[in-house]
Amino acid sequence: MKKKMMKGSAMILSALKEEGVNVVFGYPGGAVLPLYDHLFDSNLKHLLVRHEQAAVHAADGYARVTGQPGVVFATSGPGATNLVTGIANAYMDSVPLVLITGQVPRAFIGTDAFQEADITGITMPITKHNYLVKDADQLPSILSEAFYLASTGRRGPVLIDVPKDIFDQEGHFIYNRKCEIPGYKPTYDGHVGQISRAVKAIKNAQRPVIFGGGGLIRAGASEVLSKLVEKARIPVILSLMGLGAYPGDIDLYLGMPGMHGSITANYALSEADLIIAAGVRFDDRVTGKLESFANNAKIIHIDIDPAEIGKNVKIDIPIVGDVRVVLEALFQKLQPGHTVEWLRQIENWKINNPMPGVLKSSGGTVKPQFVIRELSRLSKEETVVATDVGQHQMWAAQHFIIRKPCTFLTSGGLGTMGYGFPAAIGARLAAPESNVVCITGDGSFQMNIQELATAVNNRLDIIIAVINNGYLGMVRQWQDMFYNKRYSHTVLEGNPDFVRLAEAYGAKGLRAKNEEETTAVIKQALSEKGPVVIDFVVEPEENVYPMVAPNCPINDIIVGSDQL
Amino acid sequence: MKHILAVLVEDKPGVLTRVAGLFSRRGFNIENIAVGETNNPGISRMTITVEGSETIIEQVIKQLHKLVNVIKVSNLSEEPSVMRELMLIKITAESGSRSDIQQIVETFRGKVIDVSPESMIIEVTGNEEKMEAIKLLFIDFGIKEIVRTGKVALLRGTRITSES
Repeated sequence: MKKKMMKGSAMILSALKEEGVNVVFGYPGGAVLPLYDHLFDSNLKHLLVRHEQAAVHAADGYARVTGQPGVVFATSGPGATNLVTGIANAYMDSVPLVLITGQVPRAFIGTDAFQEADITGITMPITKHNYLVKDADQLPSILSEAFYLASTGRRGPVLIDVPKDIFDQEGHFIYNRKCEIPGYKPTYDGHVGQISRAVKAIKNAQRPVIFGGGGLIRAGASEVLSKLVEKARIPVILSLMGLGAYPGDIDLYLGMPGMHGSITANYALSEADLIIAAGVRFDDRVTGKLESFANNAKIIHIDIDPAEIGKNVKIDIPIVGDVRVVLEALFQKLQPGHTVEWLRQIENWKINNPMPGVLKSSGGTVKPQFVIRELSRLSKEETVVATDVGQHQMWAAQHFIIRKPCTFLTSGGLGTMGYGFPAAIGARLAAPESNVVCITGDGSFQMNIQELATAVNNRLDIIIAVINNGYLGMVRQWQDMFYNKRYSHTVLEGNPDFVRLAEAYGAKGLRAKNEEETTAVIKQALSEKGPVVIDFVVEPEENVYPMVAPNCPINDIIVGSDQL
Repeated sequence: MKHILAVLVEDKPGVLTRVAGLFSRRGFNIENIAVGETNNPGISRMTITVEGSETIIEQVIKQLHKLVNVIKVSNLSEEPSVMRELMLIKITAESGSRSDIQQIVETFRGKVIDVSPESMIIEVTGNEEKMEAIKLLFIDFGIKEIVRTGKVALLRGTRITSES
């Protein structure tokens, strides 16, 4: 333990060093001037974005790939409030972040001073915890608590608001990464008795299915999951957040469940007699109508957050603990049941219910699903995919084969348009050996398009695949299906020419309007350096199927527009 | 059903806001809340009365536990416990009615704590029913103002609600 006198700014940079932070995403401003002044002499890498929201999303993308907390700097007032969407996004998807915001000097707090906003008050419901620093002497313990809270238990964003004068105040710097927080004691080991009950239930099950989510990825549980699946021969369903936790190209994988899930996954959940739910939270997009969800099944629910257990769905065998640790314990004691017949049934479902819709165009144009499949086919195995939100997100989840954990970054809980591109920037820094592909839409891309400057300036190799249908596609689809095709304000007239826009920023711009061009531009993009924007002009009114209408049972599936 | 929760919290700025914010965000109803110091420095105790089904109360308790500043949550309604609330009530009291009022106060083991030519302040301690009963009796005299502390509660017997 070191102890010396330091200014607040120096303490923050020293703490980041102690925590092994390699890169900070941020944007300077008045209240963080002293911090940025210190940063000027530091060898800590800082990525300057063009909007604070992008800094959070980039840090979030970085955190999802590395598993380490992403770090953000922003100034007071508007700088801090611009973080809000990104923080809420990270909170919903349990992503570890440490955000350091400047605040007006202590003497001005509460006076509605220039660029003052109560960011701790504003972010209370969307952070795991937050702090307003009152004295430089508090900084070391607050910083170590923030990193500890963000990266343990159920991960999440932690914000530290630092009044400007504290950056310059001298204090004692004693940094201890081990902290004791009386009200914070996450449970890691599952209850032995509950694990025995689960083992017995698995042994007796005729039709078991594993339903895994983002918790598997945060806990690093992919390996043990694969071992367990192999030993017990139980099929696997992964939520949107869980994609990559189990290889997407193995027979026992059934796809994503829920609203745009695979038919087989939804049938399997509906017919199963045992669901082993691991690191999921039974979101409404997964369960559909709650009263009819998995009525035939006993449910084992493993989660680090006790509040998730029984929140939406009644649970028969709750196990609070780290998903990896609990699955390891289950694997040790596991006695496989008889799943042969069940697997045969599932195989039949798979054969009879492929992803619906003709994916090849009838001539001269290109279907969005074809674009995603080509991206998946041509990208190397080490590829990180970041998506935005909407139709392209669902097509990416359905058609891009995700094989490894931490390689599919998507805004699952909050559904934040504008997430994908900055998240891809964060991923680019986190995974230098991988390809990074951002799959976005013409609507979503324009929500953080200014980050082209960041990507060009830092020469980041990112392929930005714009699935351009000229619509706010998912909303248009709902208007098509549920509002008599009244396309109220979902036609994106006035879109820029994405190729020329890319070129104006100094990036490469490419365009494809049919299948041959699609294949060719993807190959070309993969050989380029720096950011490449590909404008895929796709069939404009393609809908995402299969679809379970909101609040319908998940085995009540619409497979195409002729069914409406 | 009404539940009384004893919530031990770190005495830090904003902790009441965090608890209150949690209730409003998740759509839980606080019927009343009383906050004060405990015998341990740095730890405050909140007594929260909340109405809801078993499932709701389970969520309330689990969500409260997730707040970093919350150390312990106990549901005192599940175990034998004593509960009290203090009420101050200011009523119209001219010289003619004072002895009647005095009699009611004595019956309810209350206290007269202020007298002026036209009013009196009565202090009453007890449970919900007692508060309602005495209020009902004072209506005819004319109730000017009421203030209540909210309920506080302790487990019966030697057991305590401690941090560990």
